[in-house]
Amino acid sequence: MRYVDEFRDPDLIARASAEIYRLADPEKHYRILEVCGGHTHAIYRFGLKDVLPSNIELIHGPGCPVCVLPMGRIDDGLAVAQREGVIFAAFGDMMRVPGTFGSPLEHKARGTDVRVVYSPADALQMAKKNPDKHVMFFAIGFETTAPSTALTLQRARAEGIQNFSVFCNHVTIIPAMRAILDSPDMRLDGFIGPGHVSTVIGCRPYEWIARNERKPVVTSGFEPLDLLQSIIMLLRQLGAGEARVENQYKRVVPWDGNPAALDAMAKVLTLRPYFEWRGLGFISQSALKIRDEFAAWDAEQRFQIPGTRVTDPKAAQCGEVLKGVLKPAQCKLFGKECTPEHPIGALMVSSEGSCAAHYNYEHRKAEAMVATISSVA
Amino acid sequence: MRFRDPQIEMAHGAGGKASRKLVEGLFAPILFAGSGELLADAAHVAVGNASIAITTDSFVVKPLRFPGGSIGELAVNGTMNDLAVSGARGEAMVVTFILEEGLPTSVLEYEIRAMADALDRAGVKLVGGDTKVVERGKADGMYITTTGIGSPLPGVSVDARSVRPGDRILLSGPIGDHGITILLARGELDLEADLSSDSRCVLPLIEAMAIEAAPGIRWMRDPTRGGVATSLNELARDSGLGIVLSEEAIPIRDEVRGACELLGLDPLHIANEGQFLAVVAPEYADAALHALNCTEGGERAICIGEVRQEPARSVLVTTRYGGSRIADMLIGDALPRIC
Amino acid sequence: MCLAIPGRIVDLVPGQEFLGTVEVAGVRRKVDLRLLEADPPKTGDWVLIHVGFAMTKISEQDALEQMQMLHMLGEAEQAMQEVRGYGLDEGADPSAAAPSASQ
Repeated sequence: MRYVDEFRDPDLIARASAEIYRLADPEKHYRILEVCGGHTHAIYRFGLKDVLPSNIELIHGPGCPVCVLPMGRIDDGLAVAQREGVIFAAFGDMMRVPGTFGSPLEHKARGTDVRVVYSPADALQMAKKNPDKHVMFFAIGFETTAPSTALTLQRARAEGIQNFSVFCNHVTIIPAMRAILDSPDMRLDGFIGPGHVSTVIGCRPYEWIARNERKPVVTSGFEPLDLLQSIIMLLRQLGAGEARVENQYKRVVPWDGNPAALDAMAKVLTLRPYFEWRGLGFISQSALKIRDEFAAWDAEQRFQIPGTRVTDPKAAQCGEVLKGVLKPAQCKLFGKECTPEHPIGALMVSSEGSCAAHYNYEHRKAEAMVATISSVA
Repeated sequence: MRFRDPQIEMAHGAGGKASRKLVEGLFAPILFAGSGELLADAAHVAVGNASIAITTDSFVVKPLRFPGGSIGELAVNGTMNDLAVSGARGEAMVVTFILEEGLPTSVLEYEIRAMADALDRAGVKLVGGDTKVVERGKADGMYITTTGIGSPLPGVSVDARSVRPGDRILLSGPIGDHGITILLARGELDLEADLSSDSRCVLPLIEAMAIEAAPGIRWMRDPTRGGVATSLNELARDSGLGIVLSEEAIPIRDEVRGACELLGLDPLHIANEGQFLAVVAPEYADAALHALNCTEGGERAICIGEVRQEPARSVLVTTRYGGSRIADMLIGDALPRIC
Repeated sequence: MCLAIPGRIVDLVPGQEFLGTVEVAGVRRKVDLRLLEADPPKTGDWVLIHVGFAMTKISEQDALEQMQMLHMLGEAEQAMQEVRGYGLDEGADPSAAAPSASQ
């Protein structure tokens, strides 16, 4: 696969790893936060921790739109879904996320019409194919995904599709990064910046981190060589006492973002005054809702939404893990009451949640055993 | 491990952890009490002086027909393969049909013919069957169950408890073809690819391997629902040992890889209908692999890893550059993701 | 977050503005190209796909430059080691920074 395989070249990975070992000051302990859940997933999937020195600690950030979605919003969406004639359409990521009365898949087992879609465009298509039903698309995602929802709503209006609506849970990344930096328990040296969100918002929105917080930010791709190169760039800045925003993912991220995407978002969506983030509490100007001009396609305006608020079980430490204050294994419920088969919190369900990633890919690896692994076959 | 879920869900049929919980937590204590046998693809039962292998499998695929096969063919090959990986040659089969009211006869006839062809290619006879019809909306067209009996292959005895550290893990060919073909054939994701199911009877390959390496074959499985990762995790749990795989050795077609990357799926979790895993003692592994490579259909068979003491009861996948990750059993169905 | 994959445009759907067929390792899907309307892609271009929409074009030039930088890693250090091996710079500080290859 072009533009993928080259960035997984084992020899270059070995070189990049050697360079990181060379650059990392053995007297220092580096704490680098990767904001984006996709980066968390990639780090585990490619076993990148195995090629990094132990004094580089990668902390998982809150950039997982499933993980930060409060349970009440899932309950609200499913409440609409249970109405006669409604099809609940959502990305696969949502299907096993627990609501108070079960996950979407569990609702499906009880008769609710729940369907997986790969694209909001497919949800709109589903509405066209099922004129006697109403398709409600449960939209999640950061700024990467919001433009696609916006374009889909524009198309629904342009084509006059009445039996379609969007339940909008899009959130924005900068407030989440602010919340991390404002957290008193956090001591960070630098950021691996979001890769795909940046294709939409560009790199400028991170400049305040470099300027005001004096921490380097490197927007990174998702292949092993992207992540390793980003760490190299961060180490070089730290070694030189610099704090700048750099773009490692240049082949894809434009410094100024994507104006068409930002325009579509601005025309269709608008910032909510505040929104509750699971684990982080209420954050102002951090989430998007559908503009009044598109009210006919806004599930929150077409249907009575209960407005459920659910507090997480006290024992679940999702918030602290989200903020990177605790490691997944440090949560009291990790691996016991809370596992991927019986998740208590969204961090264990979402494939890019740190708990699921740690559980699925890592936690049975013994340090000693890893050190003796050699190539087989 | 009692089964505590209040209702049955799709996940319980997906072949992964949920399926295992249902079998081990509800069926086994009540139906297999006192058995002490590990649950395997087929059971070997003593009848008089003979040992007979017996297995059963049901097929509920949607759509009924897909590139590379159809439900009729799956029904024959699936049961033949379960017998083959338990170390038996299928000798006879019986079949039950649950047909949906309104199913066009032409569709049924197509599947019967597909079964007849598959039986002929596999060299096995159909000796009986039963048919029921259920109301419209209750059977996705048709459900087929086949039960097969077989005679043990000479010198072959498979048991997870006989697996030892140092044993090699052989895979018969590329993974993921069937599951991705079905996913694409459902049409819900609007993806197209030049891909077909790998459905086939693997008995000839296993017989060829047995000729050269029978005493060394410790364990075999056909990685259907849940994929290679689920099958190997089951082995790891049953044997108490660890399995270490080399990622770059695992053969995957470009299209399967492309679909998995696009949808965020792990090829190790995708169903196969024409492949098998064999754990072979190191002194027989080369001969076993050579036999497969020289047999039609086994050209891409390869050693993908080995058994080790650690990580106990887990499967580890390693990369050439020294990275590694645990590959866990699938929980429920493999779902596409966008994050 | 955000699984996005590089794919090649294999055709533009006739009669449909901003709809193209994109191929990833032999798997094809219709992809909405409206986010790239400022510089519409042509057949043969590579784009980054997310949830059925093209997010950006992929710059071959930038990809090549990145690969070059990665190839250069360790080469300056290797050169230094060779030089030290000749014993020509006994007094040199072995941790002297290699010429920076990053931007």
